[in-house]
Amino acid sequence: MSLSPNPLRDRQDRRLARISGPGSLVFFGVTGDLARKKLLPAVYDLAHRGLLPASFAVVGFGRRDWSHEEFVAQARSWVRAGARTPFDEDVWTQLSGGFRFVTGGFDDDAAYERLGEVLQELDDTRGTAGNRAFYLSIPPKAFEAVCGKLSEHGLAEQAWEDPETGARPWRRVVIEKPFGHDLASARELNEVVESVFRPDDVFRIDHYLGKETVQNLLALRFANRLFEPLWNAQHVDHVQITMAEDIGIGGRAGYYDGVGAARDVIQNHLLQLLALTAMEEPISFDADALRAEKEKVLSAVQVPAHIASACARGQYSGGWQGGEKVTGYLEEEGFDPESTTETFAAVRLEIATRRWDGVPFYLRAGKRLGRRVTEIAVVFKKAPNLLFHDNSGADFGQNAVVIRVQPDEGATLRVASKVPGTQMEVRDVTMDFSYGSSFTESSPEAYERLILDVLLGEPPLFPRHAEVEQSWRILDPFEEYWAGLSEQPEPYAPGSWGPDSAHLLLAKDGRMWRRP
Amino acid sequence: MNVELPDTTASQVAKTLVMLRREGHLGGNSRVLTLVVSTLPGHEEDAMSAAQEAAREHPCRVIVVVRGDADAPTRMDAEVRVGGTAGASEVIILRVTGELAEPDESLISALLLPDDPVVTWWPSGVPQRVSASPLGQISQRRITDSAASPDPLRALTRLAETWQPGDTDLAWTRLTLWRTQLTSILDQYGVRGLREVTVFGAVNSPSTALLAAWLHLMLPVPVRLAESEGPAPVQGVRLSRVGGDVEIDRPHGDVAQLFLPGQPVQHVALPVRTLPVCLAEELRRLDDDVVFGRVLTQGLPACDLTPVMSGPR
Repeated sequence: MSLSPNPLRDRQDRRLARISGPGSLVFFGVTGDLARKKLLPAVYDLAHRGLLPASFAVVGFGRRDWSHEEFVAQARSWVRAGARTPFDEDVWTQLSGGFRFVTGGFDDDAAYERLGEVLQELDDTRGTAGNRAFYLSIPPKAFEAVCGKLSEHGLAEQAWEDPETGARPWRRVVIEKPFGHDLASARELNEVVESVFRPDDVFRIDHYLGKETVQNLLALRFANRLFEPLWNAQHVDHVQITMAEDIGIGGRAGYYDGVGAARDVIQNHLLQLLALTAMEEPISFDADALRAEKEKVLSAVQVPAHIASACARGQYSGGWQGGEKVTGYLEEEGFDPESTTETFAAVRLEIATRRWDGVPFYLRAGKRLGRRVTEIAVVFKKAPNLLFHDNSGADFGQNAVVIRVQPDEGATLRVASKVPGTQMEVRDVTMDFSYGSSFTESSPEAYERLILDVLLGEPPLFPRHAEVEQSWRILDPFEEYWAGLSEQPEPYAPGSWGPDSAHLLLAKDGRMWRRP
Repeated sequence: MNVELPDTTASQVAKTLVMLRREGHLGGNSRVLTLVVSTLPGHEEDAMSAAQEAAREHPCRVIVVVRGDADAPTRMDAEVRVGGTAGASEVIILRVTGELAEPDESLISALLLPDDPVVTWWPSGVPQRVSASPLGQISQRRITDSAASPDPLRALTRLAETWQPGDTDLAWTRLTLWRTQLTSILDQYGVRGLREVTVFGAVNSPSTALLAAWLHLMLPVPVRLAESEGPAPVQGVRLSRVGGDVEIDRPHGDVAQLFLPGQPVQHVALPVRTLPVCLAEELRRLDDDVVFGRVLTQGLPACDLTPVMSGPR
């Protein structure tokens, strides 16, 4: 807004949180899993923390034949089940007073007309000032229909100006990964979205990668003097980035088949973590400065010349995992028993910059692995062993900095230390840093940060389209190679750390995966 | 686990901590500060539970010094609590009497965490000169609670006279959500047409006084104080404007009413802040709160705190 600066805002006054201005949030796919379990509870948590304005409204858009009241009743049970802050009747009454439901399909013109009327009614009764955010919690194939209809019915236009301030109401859109299934489709999808919304108004979200994680990583790397001088090819032997889940596909079979671990996780999440680990220091925390560095380092990632020897893939088989009998991927219900979709993927990448010349980055992601963990391990070269001859057989002196993304965010440092009481025995010990074990419970959840950023118009730390394109450029050759194979992905036992080929991938280079 | 150490010394307590660590009762790492709580007998359990809850967000070592009778025989009884009830932090309670009743650096230096900053909190009563007091001198951050003093406004004036960077008061922390809401209102309406501001609240409350002083300091219009009784010290704020008044009230509960010109009354969540929440906010940043300093040393003396009668909305 072009009002004179607010005298109550003082740069030095760092206690004041920013409350978003008036606006309404429209959820497409509001009856889906994500909206029920995460999005609506996050909206409530924001309200409970006093970060939402009084003039705030939520519109659910879906096929169910619900009245506004039925929607409120449903949302109430979702919030009670999913919110992390205590349920407060007063807060809920205030918040849910702005809840509306619009029944319709994604290509139902009449429904969009009704949506327009509801939004207008909210502007009049709740003072939402014409500001609108559209959250597309729907399959990507429906994006085109929804974006097209929003634009056709004038819902995405910033049509008018406030005669007094010259301010225009905002329009923003949130889309979820996956952003396409290869480079070509990502471009198509982007054209659809950006033909309706301005690039700055598009928020691409990767729900695995919270802003908190990004900021933790930046703080560890750049707020310390200790790590950055060692963060290069002279000292780093290799980097391992792991995202392991201990669960299988469960109810997501329909979504997962044909997508696979690489598209689901490596393309977005792991390559983002790689970029944040490997990038140069950004000149500021501005979204633009950060994205510039991430884009640079992603552009420098080399697709291996010989793909076959730089990747591994697998499918979990049935068996016992942690005392529980689990079904194999191909036996999961409603599944194509011939499916070649991988549930585990590992790739080896190199980055052609002076800093990372010759340092391999190993990325792996999979389901039904040993335990649920996401971490980045920067493994250093071994110390020259001149002094500790007697230890020559022992494995020590390979320092590693491990950044745990989840669960319990923190970092560990592996250092060699003398075994107490012995002559001069040395072994590696792990130092564990975390800012309190319960810290994460009270720190804002990723979706809260995201929704607040969208309402505040904070430029997202999430990838812009150029980064998405770079990621597909890196992954596409692997996908093409896998698509050309006739055999099934290699089976691996549930609760293990992937198929033999994954271990071979590192063994070829004389290395091994850490046990996370 | 609780270890009682009757009639003891700080070095005995330090030895006990090393012993507890060896035996695995005490996680040794990831503490970000030492929180010293200087309190009076009978108040220690409340202060301790608030400190422990704040420690869930900011892992710290908590040293509670319970200042007993200065005329009693000189003696120190200690208690160390770790794990279980102590939560994320270890808690050391020192009950001191006689010549030890005015605790200083020498009493606790053996128990402070190396390198980490020291924060001292006085939950019951404001010391004469906060930053010059024996515990104040060794603390990077000094947290008082003027509202807990017998004469809150005098305590606040005394704080203002001796304020040093690093001093803060919980009466100010209790205002953060009010200040956030007011700032958000001005984001929307600006100061154009603003004629006058009225703060409604208990006139002997330091929070009411600080809110008025802050608004007086930041806004170019007169700020008045109107007496209004209620469960919380601050009841509401009215912004009298040419284009219609804006008013935010919280008569009771955790939800405030927002009256905007030409619009139906709206409601916003404005929870009453509990002690642990306020303490956790204080521990979040240990840099000097210069805005509080200006409000206390410039805003407060310049602000007329005589209550006025105010018209109905």
